[in-house]
Amino acid sequence: MESPSSHPSSPSNAPLEPATATVSLHPAASVPAKKGEPVRSPKVEIRDLCFFYGKYKALHDVNLDIHDRQITAFIGPSGCGKSTLLRTLNRIYELYPGQRASGKIMLGGRNLLERADDVNLLRAKVGMVFQKPTPFPMSVHDNISFGVQLYERLSHSDMEERVQWALEKAALWAEVKDKLRQDGTALSGGQQQRLCIARAVAVKPDVLLLDEPASALDPISTQKIEQLITDLKKDYTIAIVTHNMQQAARVSDYTAFMYLGRLVEFGDTKKLFMKPAQQQTEEYITGRFG
Amino acid sequence: MSLRQHTSHEFEAELESVRQRIFEMGRHVDQVLESAARALLDGDSELGERIIAGDDETDSMELDIDHLCLEILARRQPVAGDLRLLTSALKLVIDLERIGDLGVSIAGRVVELKGEPPLTPYEDLLRMMTTVREMLAEALEALKGQDVARASRVIGKDEVVDAYYSQIFNDVLSRMRESPENLFRATRVQAISKYIERIGDHAANVAERVIFIVTGEDVRHLARMSRADFS
Repeated sequence: MESPSSHPSSPSNAPLEPATATVSLHPAASVPAKKGEPVRSPKVEIRDLCFFYGKYKALHDVNLDIHDRQITAFIGPSGCGKSTLLRTLNRIYELYPGQRASGKIMLGGRNLLERADDVNLLRAKVGMVFQKPTPFPMSVHDNISFGVQLYERLSHSDMEERVQWALEKAALWAEVKDKLRQDGTALSGGQQQRLCIARAVAVKPDVLLLDEPASALDPISTQKIEQLITDLKKDYTIAIVTHNMQQAARVSDYTAFMYLGRLVEFGDTKKLFMKPAQQQTEEYITGRFG
Repeated sequence: MSLRQHTSHEFEAELESVRQRIFEMGRHVDQVLESAARALLDGDSELGERIIAGDDETDSMELDIDHLCLEILARRQPVAGDLRLLTSALKLVIDLERIGDLGVSIAGRVVELKGEPPLTPYEDLLRMMTTVREMLAEALEALKGQDVARASRVIGKDEVVDAYYSQIFNDVLSRMRESPENLFRATRVQAISKYIERIGDHAANVAERVIFIVTGEDVRHLARMSRADFS
């Protein structure tokens, strides 16, 4: 990441430093590297994660590794805690009073949950895309450049280059290169969602969080988003929450099944959809409950 | 592992229909084998002809199950145990259909024998046939009960069938050496024993597929390799 520019909402612009504290690894949280693939250390290590909406405990001691440049899908019935877990990864829950998390989420040697860390820098490192496309009411170009300006001071030509790069990464450049000055909200739903992904990618995050990114889209737009997610895996670690189990099966390398705030099963997606280890997982993915 | 029913009753009914049709086809091909054995024992060419004429029914059952599985795969996108059941059913019906065909082939040899007296008593052939019919019945019961141990025992029994085949083959060979006049009947008996031996292989295949349906473990070549290791 290049040097961040100052921003009124950033209390500190200090980059995230490596932590000195050691982390005790939870052996059950890891899954072995996939056959034929290089062994990768986990990008994000979630340890003993609990989450509270006021007094209500929504996550119970979740332990999980999110692998580097792999796609990890979170599935489970409504209210299982999958979106809550995703929201802890960039502390977006802090926008709401009464919500808190405990445990550790280690990224780059630091515990993301430590409040001392700059939450704005964290959100640049851990980008998020929501279910409903949320383009800013500004031009396609500015939708991308706006976020970049918060963290980096780029020359005009560098910024133009970054905008094009981000739109290309999001497989949108070819469709919008002649309408960069048009309002982003005028794009189709699928294009808007790819614009949001481009916006998240533009600040060069380490991790991309996708919260049901295709659930509001038509089948073709969904396929484009899925292809895009697969392409982005080369450069980014991706965590996706989806209600669509076929989507999880199609796009992810690893799948986590959650139920009632607990991680029931986590493993290789192919194995989980072919022969899950837990009866509860089998019953959910085969449509017997949920 | 006993799973609760699907939220979609239609899906549950479709899967149950696949299972029931497999059992029905299993019962049908077993009847073909029983009739073929009776035709052999009685030297009944007419029964042999009827068995040959009835082969269409087995083929039709195979196609019905095939189509049903494909429809469910296309419409439901099943996963896990449901996916294993359906993909295995697609293969399993091939084994059942082949068993039916082999029963018909036995009937064909019975017709060719035209009621000629047995070269030697058919006891060993009939014992062999009883064994493979038991294997098939056990494999289908294992499917019904999701019983891996039962399916494993079926696979083990294939060695017994192979031993019967070796013994009958050697007997037939001796008869051939004794007199050229024995050749016609001896080659038919040898062919029938080979058909029954193949039925045993297909019944073992069914059992292997049951293990895959229940556990997700593909034991096809494992079983064969371990048998080879011990032989």
